[in-house]
Amino acid sequence: MYFLKLIGRNSLRHKLRTALTTLGIVIAVLAFGLLQTVVDAWYAGANAASATRLVTRNAISLVFPLPITYRDRIRQIAGVRSVSQANWFGGVYISERNFFPQFAVDAATYFDMYPELVIPPDQLQAFLRDRKGCIVGRKLAQTYGWRVGDVVPLRGTIHPGTWEFVIRGIYQGRDTSTDEVQFFFHWQYLNESLRRSQSQLVDTTGIFLIDVDDPERTAEIARAVDATFRNSLAETLTETEKAFQLGFVSMTEAIVVAIRLVSFLVIVIILAVMANTMAMSARERLAEYATLKAIGFAPGFVRRLILGESIAISLAGSALGCALTFPVAHLFVSRMGTLFPVFQVSAQTVALQIAAGLLIGVIAAVAPGIRAGRVRIAEGLRAVG
Amino acid sequence: MMIEARNLSKSYRRGGQVVPVLSAIDLDIGAGEFVALMGPSGSGKSTLLNLIAGIDKPSAGVLRVNGLDIASLGEAQLADWRARAVGFIFQFYNLLPVLTAFENVELPLLLTRLTRRERREHAETALAMVGLSDRMKHYPSELSGGQQQRVAIARAIITDPEILVADEPTGDLDRVSAAEVLDLLERLNAQMGKTIVMVTHDQRAAEAAHRLIHLDKGVLINGRHAEAAHDAPASS
Ligand SMILES: Nc1ncnc2c1ncn2[C@@H]1O[C@H](COP(=O)(O)OP(=O)(O)OP(=O)(O)O)[C@@H](O)[C@H]1O
Ligand SMILES: [Mg+2]
Repeated sequence: MYFLKLIGRNSLRHKLRTALTTLGIVIAVLAFGLLQTVVDAWYAGANAASATRLVTRNAISLVFPLPITYRDRIRQIAGVRSVSQANWFGGVYISERNFFPQFAVDAATYFDMYPELVIPPDQLQAFLRDRKGCIVGRKLAQTYGWRVGDVVPLRGTIHPGTWEFVIRGIYQGRDTSTDEVQFFFHWQYLNESLRRSQSQLVDTTGIFLIDVDDPERTAEIARAVDATFRNSLAETLTETEKAFQLGFVSMTEAIVVAIRLVSFLVIVIILAVMANTMAMSARERLAEYATLKAIGFAPGFVRRLILGESIAISLAGSALGCALTFPVAHLFVSRMGTLFPVFQVSAQTVALQIAAGLLIGVIAAVAPGIRAGRVRIAEGLRAVG
Repeated sequence: MMIEARNLSKSYRRGGQVVPVLSAIDLDIGAGEFVALMGPSGSGKSTLLNLIAGIDKPSAGVLRVNGLDIASLGEAQLADWRARAVGFIFQFYNLLPVLTAFENVELPLLLTRLTRRERREHAETALAMVGLSDRMKHYPSELSGGQQQRVAIARAIITDPEILVADEPTGDLDRVSAAEVLDLLERLNAQMGKTIVMVTHDQRAAEAAHRLIHLDKGVLINGRHAEAAHDAPASS
């Protein structure tokens, strides 16, 4: 009690100094949290991806399509439960700034394979009945104010022309990590349209999605799929959906590394500031520490006083920074539109923020603590007056 | 003997040089004595006091306090001994500014096994003894110099130590406050039998003591007995 009282009052002795240092920690911890969350958002797609679904694509590059006839051959491979397909559309909604992914999917099978996309049954039925229908994510609809029945025009970049789709359903994510900014329409519709404009792309798709019976056997089945098409016109590369998604992220790995680095640098900088604050405070109080030691208190008591004060300030700052991360992250993502489909402050980020606060407090106290603990009483007392 | 110094020396090493501060001090101070230590600035008064109080270590010689060879104690043992046996009074009071008068006085008792309630009773008694019962909740910055020094004296006696060491306790006080502090020290000596060693430049303070010890350049000059000082008609 007495000890805590001393720590509390000591930390409030220089109110401005403590306030400024605390503010610095708040901002640093907040920045750290936001940057970590950005990194998490970057990997969100890969993290939410299933390890039991497989993705088959053209072995040369994703930009080359695969013949749709592969689908039946894949289905016959032992262990394959179902096969579906998706094709990247790459359309622009009004302006390039409004980025969200659109896929031409096999309507009959796709949503069975993705139980995390939850669609009201009547809406799914309506979608299946409408050739030009589409299903959009909840967050996407929210961003652009779309309702069921609205017509969404997309300007094709891969497939020229303006394409109009009618929203027949809005899906919701089953989990908080589910991407809710996707846009799905009928592959059949795309295929028919291509007959007129880009006949070389008719009856092809970008990827096949494979659901397997036994999640343990994904590697084996992936090898079997690729073996089936070896030496054919379009060889395939099959991997888990997770690996497929990570492949995209790895292209931007350098940016992620840079963001991570900056987030830790921010902590290191504030650590230096905090260490300076503690050194200043401890230096001013050498005579008090010498007095405490003269009276009979152990050097450890003096060290703990400094450590306690340091931790009190840094934990207060990091707790506040942590608490602020949530509203600020919310504000941030609401301004960023659909760029980050999943933007969530994870429990791990919060744990890291608190750990950073604790670390700042402990490390900042080391040098002043050792110095004050070691101060020779006779010399420390001279520091008065 | 409460304090016995034999051939006590202290020197500091500065650069490559050894600077002698105290040379071959022989000194006996009996239990219940009130001794004033005088001498020019830099003569080693504070150094000698620090040795006696166990906050500095002699370079050579023997120093026994109440029969205990304190020079042979380790850091932690010495700290324990100080907590029990020595009360400190400083020129600049050295109260903790973030603690009230009451809390400052209570502070040394945190090193004892006393309960919270016992601590409170002791601290209240000590503050009453120095006449500051009505200032318990005041912070040092809200007290005059004389009041602060009385709080410091209450803190020094709270653990009922054998020895009080005071380094220029009136050095920063006006005449009236100094007189109050000296009066208090005399009472502690006379009524409670505390052995007091006090460094001072102040002739009036020296007169409160029973015995004067003079230091000059680290050497003890004489040990005139108190009666002589007291019997002499006011010389100042
Ligand atoms: N840590 C130290 N290192 C080197 N020299 C020291 C140290 N402490 C004290 N001295 C020297 O020892 C001598 C005696 O110092 P001390 O403080 O005991 O004097 P003093 O008699 O108390 O003087 P004053 O009346 O000014 O307080 C001085 O010359 C001082 O410079
Ligand atoms: Mg001195």
